[in-house]
Amino acid sequence: MIGSIAAIGMGLAVIGAGIGIGNIGAKAMEAIARQPEAVGDIRANMILMAALVEGAALIAIIVSYILPVAA
Amino acid sequence: MNFSTKFPINFLFSVLFLLAVTYPSFGQHENHETTHSEASSDEHHEGDICAHAGHHEGDFDPASTAFHHIGNPNVYSIGPFNFPLPCILYTPGEGLEIFSSGKFEFDFQGHGEGHKAYKGYVLDAGTVRKVIDPSFPREQVEIGGVAQMGEDYFVCYGGHPYALEARSTMDGGLFGGGRTSFYDFSLTKNVVSMFLVFAFLTWVFFTVAKSYREREGKAPKGLQSFMEPMFLFIQDEVAKPFLGEKYAKYQPFLMALFFFILGLNLFGQIPFFGGSNVTGNLAFTMAVALFTFFVVNFNGKKDYWKHVLWMPGVPAAIKAVIITPVEILGLFIKPFTLMLRLFANITAGHIVVLSFIGLIFIFGNSGASIGGASLGAVVSVPLTIFMMSIELLVAFIQAFVFTILTASYIGAAIEEHHH
Repeated sequence: MIGSIAAIGMGLAVIGAGIGIGNIGAKAMEAIARQPEAVGDIRANMILMAALVEGAALIAIIVSYILPVAA
Repeated sequence: MNFSTKFPINFLFSVLFLLAVTYPSFGQHENHETTHSEASSDEHHEGDICAHAGHHEGDFDPASTAFHHIGNPNVYSIGPFNFPLPCILYTPGEGLEIFSSGKFEFDFQGHGEGHKAYKGYVLDAGTVRKVIDPSFPREQVEIGGVAQMGEDYFVCYGGHPYALEARSTMDGGLFGGGRTSFYDFSLTKNVVSMFLVFAFLTWVFFTVAKSYREREGKAPKGLQSFMEPMFLFIQDEVAKPFLGEKYAKYQPFLMALFFFILGLNLFGQIPFFGGSNVTGNLAFTMAVALFTFFVVNFNGKKDYWKHVLWMPGVPAAIKAVIITPVEILGLFIKPFTLMLRLFANITAGHIVVLSFIGLIFIFGNSGASIGGASLGAVVSVPLTIFMMSIELLVAFIQAFVFTILTASYIGAAIEEHHH
């Protein structure tokens, strides 16, 4: 039972991260289309931002992953 | 045109890769003999545990198989074969024990289940466990396997079950998990992998350094021209933008982080070579994140500490109630997320690959149905190849992300603010 609830939690975390990383990707594409010469800077910052968004989601995933094992 | 000429080579590599992906799993699971028998806990008497432990069951448990393969055992597996590693175990009051894990006499081909106990220790699924009962014989004795009953593990010796210590958990037993009475300093699979990668990187960088000395002013050649773009990328895209003109002081640390994490990520991807999961181990990522924590905070300038402890330009009440506590928490959250990010990315990738391979055995009903297993292979092999390509990308991205975040934290700590 805890495992199933944790799986739902995992899914919710991934939805949040998906929206966040989707926005970052979309805006980065727009920015590259506007200013193709800045592609290097934009890409590096895009990966950095994606990593930060991902970090929050990963904490949720790990908690929902470890919790059923620990409980 | 291009496609047709390259096709045979592509095909050959695909087949080789496919074999490499599937072979270790077939080798390990076709004769999947587990000595764990899940006795439904309440109805059985203690004596029944050993009756179950003796005979082998063929049930395939995908979750435990996945966890077994991302673990950190005391045996090194190359393909389906196991090799012993040194065990260094220290028990307070009893002293240090150093012996080879070969003393447990595990099977050369299998899951690392020891057939013998040695000095009161047994090997279960590649991991050393200790018998609680002090009257258990200290010398090397034949055991009847390890049985699981609910949460507890038992070793069978002379027809009687002896309880084993629970494994240590992350919280050190605070929240109900286990805590072993001995310290395990053994050279486990992860430690050996780290030594191998360390030796490899040392060789690579000394070779490259030598060719820079010998071929000064000439175009790079061989290994040199492979390493130079990566090195310059980290220097120009990570170190210089974040650290400013003082980048040279921190560059060795950033390079060591990047190449060590990248090397271990890639080393864990080699299908035949143990598939060690070093960067997917919390202890390892914690050690690396602690390095970042100390480097950032020991090099923090006055301005950095001022912004952490008493943010200028904010009313004092707000500073005391919100900003300072949050900033102090932030000091620890930064390395904490670094630790979790790397761990979670690599572990998640490995678990997904193992789950896809596990499909073969779920479809094949644990080896009972060849047709089902073939169908499972048809489904799982393309998915596995896809996932492994993603993991290859993730190996680079995570090494890069770890380095760039470290650089940005150091950059924020050493920056001189002008107000």
